[in-house]
Amino acid sequence: MRIFLTLVRRELGGYFGTLSGYVVIASVQMLLGLSFYSLVSVLTQEGSDTPLAEFFYETLYFWLILLIATPVITMRTFALEKYSGTYETLMTAPVGDVPVVLAKFLGAMVFYLVMWTPLLGCLWLIKQLTGDPTALEPGAAIGTVLGILLLGCVYISLGCFASSITHSQIIAAMTSFAVGVGLYLLSFLAPSVSTLPGWFPKVLRQMSMMEHMRDFVRGIVDTRHVVFYLSITLFFLFLNCKAVESRRWK
Amino acid sequence: MNLPDGGRDGLVEDERGVESSDSWMIEVQDLTKRYSRHKAIDGLCFKVGRGEIVGFLGPNGAGKSTTMRILSSFMPATSGTARVAGFDVFHEPDEVRRRIGYMPENNPLHTDMRVREYLKFRARLKGVMGARARDRVDVVLSQCGLEEVSGKLIGQLSKGYRQRVGLADALVHEPDLIILDEPTIGLDPNQIRSVRQLIKDLSGKHTVLLSTHILPEVEMTCGRVLILNQGKILASDTTQNLQRMVSGGGHVVAEIAAPEPELRACWEGSPEVLEFNLSPMDGDYIRCALTPQDGVDLRPMVFDLAVRHKWKLRDLGRNRHSLEDIFVHLTHASREEEEG
Repeated sequence: MRIFLTLVRRELGGYFGTLSGYVVIASVQMLLGLSFYSLVSVLTQEGSDTPLAEFFYETLYFWLILLIATPVITMRTFALEKYSGTYETLMTAPVGDVPVVLAKFLGAMVFYLVMWTPLLGCLWLIKQLTGDPTALEPGAAIGTVLGILLLGCVYISLGCFASSITHSQIIAAMTSFAVGVGLYLLSFLAPSVSTLPGWFPKVLRQMSMMEHMRDFVRGIVDTRHVVFYLSITLFFLFLNCKAVESRRWK
Repeated sequence: MNLPDGGRDGLVEDERGVESSDSWMIEVQDLTKRYSRHKAIDGLCFKVGRGEIVGFLGPNGAGKSTTMRILSSFMPATSGTARVAGFDVFHEPDEVRRRIGYMPENNPLHTDMRVREYLKFRARLKGVMGARARDRVDVVLSQCGLEEVSGKLIGQLSKGYRQRVGLADALVHEPDLIILDEPTIGLDPNQIRSVRQLIKDLSGKHTVLLSTHILPEVEMTCGRVLILNQGKILASDTTQNLQRMVSGGGHVVAEIAAPEPELRACWEGSPEVLEFNLSPMDGDYIRCALTPQDGVDLRPMVFDLAVRHKWKLRDLGRNRHSLEDIFVHLTHASREEEEG
């Protein structure tokens, strides 16, 4: 356990000890700021029944941050170590494959969550500005945070896996971006094929990220969504472990 | 020439005759690693005793790094077994890793970390915790002469200092076995000397296996040499024995001022001289290169001869075979065998 924590600390050191981590945070802050601006401009125009949080996630900014930031965060996890050779010193230390994979995942998740924290400030600010206690319900806020956390698990585990199959950070980022965008675009495919008979449209609808997130921001924590996200995360973590293990197959 | 019997098929058994597994730090049996069709190492067998410093010598691509990676249980072999301190590298990798300090080729380090911070991280990773980690880091910092740079970023250090950080990392958990892959590559002569001295200082306390393609390095630091070529062991012995193996004692070179026919007659007449080669030099001097019989030192005889004939003798010396000659000799012999 202490060795595991040492590994997590090293991962966090890698994020916060280098400039690239702050570049990611700064870029995300800019996008968050833009989304906040658009949110405020919508609010000043006319009254609406739509909950605040829903406005936020419906904008492209949210998905842009999710789809671009996660590959950038995770691309270094394994690819950089493989490229620089430190992977060899890491894997010849008395640590197992699974702790290494989990530590890298956890480190990336912590960074990902830190990256999102200013969002809470934005929400709080809106609450203060409007002076309306019903503008932001606690349930919706918690649901949003949970949604961000679970979506993050999916995309971070995907990114870690993509990073573990290559030596190149660029290829890692591009792979996880392509697969991530593909997963996201399934949400748009679902309505267009909904008239088709059979199981296909049903499966697509269940996999739609937008659908899941809509429930979360409304404050509905549906176990189906939670299980869906967690099982995808576990699936990618499993693949990640196998990819790390694969050096023993050759 | 006297190649050990096993040398031809890559099987060189150590001749100590000690068989209990306790006394061996490394035991390798029939180790083979195949990359698709190409065999990186082919049926390696060798043993290394506790406290030995053994040099792994071979040209680039001979399979040195592959063997070391298998021994450090970074990757498995295709077939064969390897044991470190009695633990199998494939079945008990954690036990093996706890007992080795491994410095890979090119010595990869986290350049964004500071020296002390990095060593502490590595110590913890290897299970050395708390106050003991701090103590150990202090010990290896002074052992490797890193005290004055302990607060610097590794990325800002010179290559020599980085190499020492790699060594310090290999030493930090007091491993029984230290595996160093090309520890002096890319260093300047002064740095090479200090790293070699460091390695020498480790003898006795630790077992060291180091690889290199620089021959004098092995001669200077290692008690025993394993010569590896194309995935096979060509020879395994002390440097002295290897020298004796290729030719007893080496050539004797003498520069004598004498008429050539008389000299020729002299050498032809003496049974100790197996071969000779005369080449005229400036003035009356003739350079004689003499190959003696096994174990015979020709120098006193040459001196007596010159005194007897009142010839002038201006140079008399023994040309010992360097490891380089032995190496060229062995690798060349193995190639000829393949072609033949």
